[in-house]
Amino acid sequence: MPARTALARIGDVAADDVLPFMGRLWGGARRSVDELAVRVLGSDFEERARLLQARYAEAGGDPFGLDLETAKYAVMTCAFFHRLWFRAEVRGLENVPQGRVLLIANHSGQIPIDGAMIGTSLFLDLEPPRVIRAMVEKWSQTLPFVSTFFSRVGQVVGVPENARRLLEMGEALLVFPEGTRGISKPFTQRYQLQEFGTGFMRLAIETNTPIVPVAVVGAEEQYVNLGNLKWAARALRMPVFPVIPQVFVPFGQMPLPTKYLIHFGEPLHVQGDADEDDAVMEEKVHLVKQTIQSMINRGLKQRTSLFF
Amino acid sequence: MAKKAVQKAATPARRASDAGRAARIEGGAVVVTGICGRLGRRLARQLHRERPVIGLDRREFVGKPKDIEHHSIDVRRKKARELFRRPDIAALIHLGVMHDPRLGAEEHHTWNVIAFQKLLEYVERYQIPKLVLLSSANVYGPRPDNPQFISEDAPLLGANRFSDIRDLIELDMLAQSFFWRNPGTETVILRPAHILGTVQNAPSNYLRLKVVPTLLGFDPMMQVVHQDDVVRAVRLALRPGVRGIFNIAGPPPVALSRAVKLLGRPTLPIPHAVARAGVERLWRWHMTSFPAPELDFIRYVCMVDDRRAREVLGYGPKFDLGSTLRAVDEERWV
Repeated sequence: MPARTALARIGDVAADDVLPFMGRLWGGARRSVDELAVRVLGSDFEERARLLQARYAEAGGDPFGLDLETAKYAVMTCAFFHRLWFRAEVRGLENVPQGRVLLIANHSGQIPIDGAMIGTSLFLDLEPPRVIRAMVEKWSQTLPFVSTFFSRVGQVVGVPENARRLLEMGEALLVFPEGTRGISKPFTQRYQLQEFGTGFMRLAIETNTPIVPVAVVGAEEQYVNLGNLKWAARALRMPVFPVIPQVFVPFGQMPLPTKYLIHFGEPLHVQGDADEDDAVMEEKVHLVKQTIQSMINRGLKQRTSLFF
Repeated sequence: MAKKAVQKAATPARRASDAGRAARIEGGAVVVTGICGRLGRRLARQLHRERPVIGLDRREFVGKPKDIEHHSIDVRRKKARELFRRPDIAALIHLGVMHDPRLGAEEHHTWNVIAFQKLLEYVERYQIPKLVLLSSANVYGPRPDNPQFISEDAPLLGANRFSDIRDLIELDMLAQSFFWRNPGTETVILRPAHILGTVQNAPSNYLRLKVVPTLLGFDPMMQVVHQDDVVRAVRLALRPGVRGIFNIAGPPPVALSRAVKLLGRPTLPIPHAVARAGVERLWRWHMTSFPAPELDFIRYVCMVDDRRAREVLGYGPKFDLGSTLRAVDEERWV
């Protein structure tokens, strides 16, 4: 029965040569993945995750549904972009205080990668690590999986009550006062701050929270937006409809690997009355806006190349 | 809103009448409507050791303790009014809110709203010093744009997506307007989160299912509260001087999937569109007691901020998460 002997021979070869070889290959692959993981995540990543988990468990669990087992994997993905794709340079992390804090940042880049990168910095680089809490659109709650994912990684529905409660819990809250105006602006307006909302200032005064201005340089160029089509946005009921030619090129859907610079400024302690007139609020907001704009300008001046 | 009322009650001119009212509430007889329900009987068993308890329910009180006086009459009957005329009556606890989705909206309205209006009329006429209404956190309604914790002054939007519960909201509103119109009566509205235990309500029935269906991709945070914690909150509400609206919550919130896992039940995730169509059909064929709009409760958050209850009422849950959840499987003793 030649067929059987042939089969037996294949079996022998498999057992003697192929399997150990595959085993070595597998072991090597695992080792290099481990090495890469240490390079990307740092050697104390697991320890950081455990530390945070213990901190939230001590408080009786996070009432907003943050689950560090899930958040850990999200951070791993973001860490790849933070360390290897954008090679983010982080400055001024020592300015982030321990307790409650409002991080006010410029918003850019068509999709909110900037927020994820700021969050990754706080998780991987800050001592002790922190989880960034940001606010998401209300309609995201109606989407299956998306709503659960956001809540597991610590993002909450964007209503003032939630912001206040997070600050009372002593969390780090990330706010983009420009909102959609900032993130989807065309390439011609890059690094020009759009109009700021005043809600964050009232919140900061009311809860007596320090404001840390954050400037992100490099996110503007990750997707080149040539302009917004108003009629298409209206037809599709989207807030904006950006024209991004690169998405039609193969692999162009990924953001361009620009070099990120994330700069945390010195904390501002704002005094005053939270029920003050809008005009008074705008003055205080303008101060924060100016600070961020000058941090951006400084970053742009120091930048020698878009990609290095 | 209720905070202002507390301040108002503290002005010197009213203090004398406050003292009189406090003396009247302390140890006086309590009328409990809906006493024959599972929660009502639990409350009665605890309350009758401290003060006289009078039951008012259309049903018969099975296994009634000897010292409880029970009247199997309709609230709207004249005999019920006679009852409130008695001078020893110190409080009315209204637990007799009917919520049986199978009965139509009209039936609900006539029973819930008309009966409660009658009761309010008696309380006003005979100057009963205390009124406690057991409303529900469901009056806020599960919505995608809810804050994680809803406070007492939030609008009651529960009927926007689930119109069959508008009578429950109307009831709550009636009690609120009564609160403002009649400062002589201490009105307390309790809005507990999902009550779990031997009670026959939607959340307990849902968790008692052999396989718990969930919505694929949705896993909202939930608040549950043990039935005996609710009973305790009602007893705390009877203390003289307590008035206003109180959200009642149990142990810290938990994700739905984790709650089901703690109970050791398997889950069956179903896409929302399929679940909705399926439940609608089952409902039409009388094969389920869950109306389709109730699916929102396992889709969006509807949690309450119970800080006011902790500070003013002095309430805190005694049961932890595990024992609160396991209460749905407890032996039902009737």
